[in-house]
Amino acid sequence: MSASLIIFFLLAALAILGAASLIFQRHPIHAALSLIVVMVALAGLYLLMGAEFVAAVQIIVYGGAIMVLFVFVIMLLNAGVEERTNFSKMASIAGWPLALALTGVLAAAMVRAGPTVANPANPGMLSDTATLSTLLFTDFVYPFELTSFLVLVAILGAMVLAQREQK
Amino acid sequence: MNFLTQNAFWILSIIKILLLLFIVLTVNAYLTWFERKLVAHIQSRWGPHRVGPHGLLQPAADGLKFLFKEDPTPAGADKLVYYLAPFLALALALTAIAVIPFGPKPIPFFNFFGQPVYLWVANPDISLLILFAITALSVYGVALAGWASNSKYPLLGGLRSSAQMISYELALTMSVVGVLLMSNSFSLSQIINAQSYAPGVLGWNIIGFSGRGFPVPQVLGFLCFFIAAIAETNRAPFDLPEAESELVAGFHTEYASFKFAMFFIAEYTAMITVSCLVAILFFGGWLSPFPATAFWQFTHYLPSVTLIPFGLWVIWDGIHYETIVGKLVLPVIGFVMIVLGSALIALPAVNEFIQPTFWLLAKIFVVLFFYVWARGTLPRLRYDQLMNMGWKVLLPVSIANVILTAGAVLLRGH
Repeated sequence: MSASLIIFFLLAALAILGAASLIFQRHPIHAALSLIVVMVALAGLYLLMGAEFVAAVQIIVYGGAIMVLFVFVIMLLNAGVEERTNFSKMASIAGWPLALALTGVLAAAMVRAGPTVANPANPGMLSDTATLSTLLFTDFVYPFELTSFLVLVAILGAMVLAQREQK
Repeated sequence: MNFLTQNAFWILSIIKILLLLFIVLTVNAYLTWFERKLVAHIQSRWGPHRVGPHGLLQPAADGLKFLFKEDPTPAGADKLVYYLAPFLALALALTAIAVIPFGPKPIPFFNFFGQPVYLWVANPDISLLILFAITALSVYGVALAGWASNSKYPLLGGLRSSAQMISYELALTMSVVGVLLMSNSFSLSQIINAQSYAPGVLGWNIIGFSGRGFPVPQVLGFLCFFIAAIAETNRAPFDLPEAESELVAGFHTEYASFKFAMFFIAEYTAMITVSCLVAILFFGGWLSPFPATAFWQFTHYLPSVTLIPFGLWVIWDGIHYETIVGKLVLPVIGFVMIVLGSALIALPAVNEFIQPTFWLLAKIFVVLFFYVWARGTLPRLRYDQLMNMGWKVLLPVSIANVILTAGAVLLRGH
């Protein structure tokens, strides 16, 4: 068993444990922390595939920026332990078959795709930041610019909402 | 033997990590001594001078005190998160040092079972991005500590610091884009190499000659980076998360004993990392400020020229010191410095090898001095001033720096 395979299984186990813990934790902060574990484990998996840039961005954007906002909002609202209502109990019962069905669909898709998942077509292709940015600014320039435009609209929306009371 | 040769890389890495950990923690301890002494002299006091000659054993006394203090956990604290927060803060701060390169060449005439020994633990192509990833995660240590303590002031301190760190992270990241445009790489060692194309100090990013055309100075980028980095490490004048007049001690109010020490060590380690980064990104890292021509060859004796007179001074000072311990210890320290300085003159190969490391360490020391100087002289910002500074000054200026640098680099050509 090679070192990278051992690291893969460790990270995969960490990601799955984190995801399970995210669902079963009763406290919002604990759930948010579990989600951070999942994000960081995923970044580790990207790193293992040689996608260094994507791994770093995964931690900076998801592990850092987005999850910090989650934690910040939870702390600011001082959200307590989740309460169980009749509806949430029903959701947990109905959730199991749905979760199983989703897992089945995903597993089937992965089994069909088989070899490409087992051996990524071009490991290390994304590692080169220059290659990645060249792709972003040539082949994918319109989707890229549209996405940045979308983010800009979101920022403007936030500013409009924040300024509403001053009028 | 076979086991050693096969796993030489792993064993060497572990040895390097342990060695680096030892060095960083020792430097941390003496950084607290240096800071207390310097701030004391800025304020016309003596600073620590009771424990050991010139208070040199004060860090050891502090360490022992941290270990033996009572370590209460506040009632109603979230145990898991309360214990996780200092661990997270310290682990992330120490991890950051691993990607800092301290010299360009492997140790000469020495192989560790076939592995060349470089002066870094890891040198990935994206070391700068890894540092930003660690910075992004280090918000959690402070925010979670504030939340888990189940207390008013820590919660307010934690919230303040999350807001502060998120705000300044933008300016911090934007301000290095200029440097990235000039060096075309995320790798710290390549960023340093990109500054070596003009003679000596002229090639550094702060002046910005690249051997062709006009210079593209990164003064704006440097100012934004340094200010944002001070805020990001929660140091004065941006130490609002622990403003003692408003929040007792901010996020670590409820932490005592070694858990408090972990936050303390994390803060000082972050200071060292930032100083390394400032030296590497804007001041040429391990490059000498003098051109590499035969005329400037004499500057290679600067390490000896610094060590020997300083050693002589320490001996003179030791002979005149009041206490017996000082009379014994200080001359020995001075003697060791003189021996080291003379050894560098006697062994030219060693002297050549330590040149880059000497310059990097000297620059790191100067940046650390500025850090402490800022703390000793500047008053703390008010919260609204802090937010205005981050969003309305630093962020626009650093974006302007990106645009200006991009235009200049485009005009000049690579």
